[in-house]
Amino acid sequence: MSFLSYLINGVSLGSIYAIIALGYTMVYGIAKMLNFAHGDVIMIGAFIVLNALNVMNLPLIPAILVAVVGCTVLGIVIERVAYRPLRNASSPLAVLITAIGVSYLLQNVALLIFGADTVSFPNKITLPALSLADGNLVISSVTIITIVACIVIMAGLMLFINKTKAGQAMLAVSEDKGAAQLMGINVDGTIALTFAIGSALAAIAGFLLCTAYPSLNPYTGSMPGIKAFVAAVFGGIGSVPGAMIGGILLGIIEIFAKAYISSQMADAIVFAVLIVVLLVKPTGLLGKKIQEKV
Amino acid sequence: MKKLVKFVSLACASAMLLSTTAFADGDAFKVGGIGPVTGGAAVYGQAVKNATELAVNEINALGGVQFEFQFEDDEHDAEKAVNAYNSLKDWGMQVLLGTVTSAPCIAVAAETANDNMFQLTPSGSAVECVQNPNAFRVCFSDPNQGTASAQYIGEKKIATKIGVIYDSSDVYSSGIYEKFAAEAANQGLEIVSAEAFTADSKTDFTVQLQKAKDAGAELVFLPIYYTEASLILTQANGMGFAPMFFGCDGLDGLLNVDGFDTSLAEGVMLLTPFAADADDELTQNFVAAYKEAYGDTPNQFAADAYDGMYAIKAAIEKSGVTPDMSASDICDALEGAMTEISIDGLTGEGMTWTADGEPNKAPKAVKITDGAYAAM
Repeated sequence: MSFLSYLINGVSLGSIYAIIALGYTMVYGIAKMLNFAHGDVIMIGAFIVLNALNVMNLPLIPAILVAVVGCTVLGIVIERVAYRPLRNASSPLAVLITAIGVSYLLQNVALLIFGADTVSFPNKITLPALSLADGNLVISSVTIITIVACIVIMAGLMLFINKTKAGQAMLAVSEDKGAAQLMGINVDGTIALTFAIGSALAAIAGFLLCTAYPSLNPYTGSMPGIKAFVAAVFGGIGSVPGAMIGGILLGIIEIFAKAYISSQMADAIVFAVLIVVLLVKPTGLLGKKIQEKV
Repeated sequence: MKKLVKFVSLACASAMLLSTTAFADGDAFKVGGIGPVTGGAAVYGQAVKNATELAVNEINALGGVQFEFQFEDDEHDAEKAVNAYNSLKDWGMQVLLGTVTSAPCIAVAAETANDNMFQLTPSGSAVECVQNPNAFRVCFSDPNQGTASAQYIGEKKIATKIGVIYDSSDVYSSGIYEKFAAEAANQGLEIVSAEAFTADSKTDFTVQLQKAKDAGAELVFLPIYYTEASLILTQANGMGFAPMFFGCDGLDGLLNVDGFDTSLAEGVMLLTPFAADADDELTQNFVAAYKEAYGDTPNQFAADAYDGMYAIKAAIEKSGVTPDMSASDICDALEGAMTEISIDGLTGEGMTWTADGEPNKAPKAVKITDGAYAAM
């Protein structure tokens, strides 16, 4: 029974990693850059939800919508101000360093506005927990909602990319930016849209993360952000289903490592798995093989 | 520059002159106190200052040994604490009751060892605070809280199957855990699960809790800080696991976590030397006098300082030192006397001290009831 319980916790944790990893993988797939500030956008999203709930006294769903809008705007602004001017810089490192800078900027701004104290995030999901097998297996409502949300987001994103014009434009830009531009696709607009979607997902991830693990401070986003990045690489960075599979596997590995090997070594094991996967399959589980053009 | 040196040396000389005069004609011992009365840890220093003043006034009113007390602010900063120590020495301090917080205490302890100045810290709980022979403390050291917790749980027969969740990346937490595990064996306690977390993964405790649950833990020992404890309580509630919880002074503050549902903390026990609502006469009198003088309910720091002042009085009476002796001579005499006295204080009955500076006293605990601490 505890095996099942660990498995469900792992899938739940992994679902949160997966939603965050989507933001990394989409931006990488389309803009070919690593947006290290993504974890901190999650933290900002969680703070917006918290303040919408406590200060503006909004009900839960409008509060999440406020955070989605807030993070979308934030994502677009970050892209426009910090990344776009550097997109054609001679070194791809320039934009990577800028991303790290933006990450610290967001953390410190949050520190300034919200303070360093850890806040306990209110649990607004008041559905009863699911109790199976005479109470031996209790699945909290948050866990179920997290897993369902992850599946819905994934399905919606796949539909969006494959069935809409904007989604097709994203695919085209990720294939070849120059050729896409020649075909009349607005590359800057498409990249901005990618950031907008990634940041909107970050707001939802922030809410789910802080509801599952109700502690929020300006550094809340950084460790899940790094792990989700690992999940994205693990699944094959640039691949949307890869982020999903990578995230969920990573969550399960982390929980199982904690449960069956050592609770102290769990993080070390997670990162060791990444190294092994990359040694065996350098592009990740679902990553495309990149053919060198000569 | 020369002028400045001259001025400083003149100032020093006159200060020394002043302090020696104070020595010669004084018939009261000069006790200095150091602690933060401004800044983030101000509430601790203020409590120590107030309670020491209260104790000094009480003792002086008795008419026996007389004390003069002066307190300096260190803002919970090691460098400022050493400056405060130096200005107290200029004033003629013979005994130091301080400092209040651990990091400044370690810095000042190095100075007092050099000067051979007797030092009793009310609340410096880091191991290094009393590593020199001239330094003693009133509170338990960090790791000794582990021993005390195991004794308390064992002697009061609260539970026998214990689960532990601790932070392996934090010296406070892992230190307490090691001592707890060592003493648990003597107390007939069975540690059925001992699970760690680290600073990088301190949000998800479902695995640690599940393991404690599967192992049949009746009580989960949490030698950690209150932020993580609030998460553990929330997650245990979410998975339908309701053991007893027991923690150390790191849990003090649990009821003040912003947004935390404090009803989850009901029944949590924590090892703390002092509960203001205890019904013994000593505590009642102290709380009443403190409230009257300062309009506030005293906390454990106040109780530590109050006991510290009475310990100094007892050691002075035991050793027979007089106020006209030098600080160094007083220190030599008090070092021996501290290990011979026994006092009934707010933080324990029959408190004694060992030569390594640690107190021996029965541990006390409180239980969170109706959103407040209640004596057990």
